[in-house]
Amino acid sequence: MSGRVLRIGLPIMTLAAIVVAWDLVVRFFSIPPYVLPGPVLVLSTLFADRDLLWHSLLVTLTITVEGFALAAIGGIVLAIAFNQWRLVEYSFYPYAVILQVTPVVAVAPLLLIYLPQPLAVLACAWIVAFFPVLANTTLGLNSVDHNLIALFELYKASSWQTLWQLKLPAALPQMLAGLRIAGGLALIGAVVAEIAAGSAGAGSGLAYRIAESGYRLNVPRMFAALLLLSLAGVAIFFALSLLSHLALRRWHESAIKRES
Amino acid sequence: MNAPGKTVVSLRDVGKTFESGTVALDRINLEVGAGEFVSLLGPSGCGKSTALRLIAGLSAASQGAVAVPSSAGKLGFVFQEPTLMPWADVAANVRLPLKLAGADNAYSQDAVAQALDRVGLAEFAQRYPRELSGGMRMRTSIARALVTEPELLLMDEPFAALDEITRFKLNNDLLGLWQAQRRTVIFVTHSVFESVYLSQRIVVMTPRPGRVFAEIAIPAAYPRDERFRTSAEYAGFCRTVSEALSQAMTGGAL
Repeated sequence: MSGRVLRIGLPIMTLAAIVVAWDLVVRFFSIPPYVLPGPVLVLSTLFADRDLLWHSLLVTLTITVEGFALAAIGGIVLAIAFNQWRLVEYSFYPYAVILQVTPVVAVAPLLLIYLPQPLAVLACAWIVAFFPVLANTTLGLNSVDHNLIALFELYKASSWQTLWQLKLPAALPQMLAGLRIAGGLALIGAVVAEIAAGSAGAGSGLAYRIAESGYRLNVPRMFAALLLLSLAGVAIFFALSLLSHLALRRWHESAIKRES
Repeated sequence: MNAPGKTVVSLRDVGKTFESGTVALDRINLEVGAGEFVSLLGPSGCGKSTALRLIAGLSAASQGAVAVPSSAGKLGFVFQEPTLMPWADVAANVRLPLKLAGADNAYSQDAVAQALDRVGLAEFAQRYPRELSGGMRMRTSIARALVTEPELLLMDEPFAALDEITRFKLNNDLLGLWQAQRRTVIFVTHSVFESVYLSQRIVVMTPRPGRVFAEIAIPAAYPRDERFRTSAEYAGFCRTVSEALSQAMTGGAL
């Protein structure tokens, strides 16, 4: 009980302390808002620009969710293909790795040349989110208990039955861990591409707002947009953690509370 | 259910060499009749688990002929670990062989209930494996092996990881099941005491390469219970088998 209070209470107190300190510093040194706006100004900007920022948030979130969904489907389907046909794995795995290790911020300008901007942003979100799903699902599919595989063999299960009834459920914890990472990365990919598109872009996502406000020295709006981005990232993380918890709570050690 | 005297399993000059070049089994001959309870006894590395996997069809012999019931469901296998699906409850785990065979719903439900009842887990059908004790997990595993009414039950050191009290209890339960149904059982173990307590016949094996060293009959009457476990007769059989085993080990090492 007291542990629970501490786990919720302490971070809130830390936050409150930081905000108060921030406010005091800004007031005490009379820092101008175009250098560092105080927390009250950031919140009031958030409120004043709510229509604009809300619209931008929806744009960025839509791209993020689309990129995440495509990455989830693509990563899981490819991991299954790798697991079922070794030749597919040998042929494509190195390129999946290359896609992952090439910094997306370097790829984004190229994509912006070849693709219309919304599609380029989506592609960036997909590229960074895709690999953790693939890698984790592959790991999960390959680490099924060998005796359970022998058991399925013994009862002459088809490879389809083995996949659906054994390998996919067994891989679920790793798959969900991959999805949790992918959710945050999809947001990062979308933001990187929007920033790369910069003020030349026709987009209106949150990252675009940040870049644009930066050029105009509208620092309070930059902070407000940044705050929204962080909140969006936190929301995505919690949503995926909740999904993971609901799927695993009956059986997986990671989701089960330990009695002490 | 089995015609007495009919041979269920026969291994003729069976050898198994692994890809690494290790000779796991060397010219093994073994005949197991219907309804028999036979133990394969030997130290680790004597190929007894390999022999069991060959009989189960989970691996192929390098030489010789293996004759066993071929169709799925005629064979039950119990691994050393319970080998349950952690995401499925006890009933779903036990039901797995029937589900894979596409058995119909009503039949499966009856068969699962019956199998759970036989191993004393009827009240635990909705529990998940992690909520059960080691002994109960092993019972679930046995129920799963029994649910297809197999002709032949293969058990690979199923009780080795359990504490002695649980092991004795499961030994008794297994004998009860065997006497009620008279399925053929091939039981792999490294425990002299367990093999003598359970079996009609013990096949003592030598390590590296795995060979059959001796076959020892245990003609004590069933039902066997705690009185048998503490009797002079039991101690005598244990001594005979122990001596054969130590000879097998020194003989095998030479």
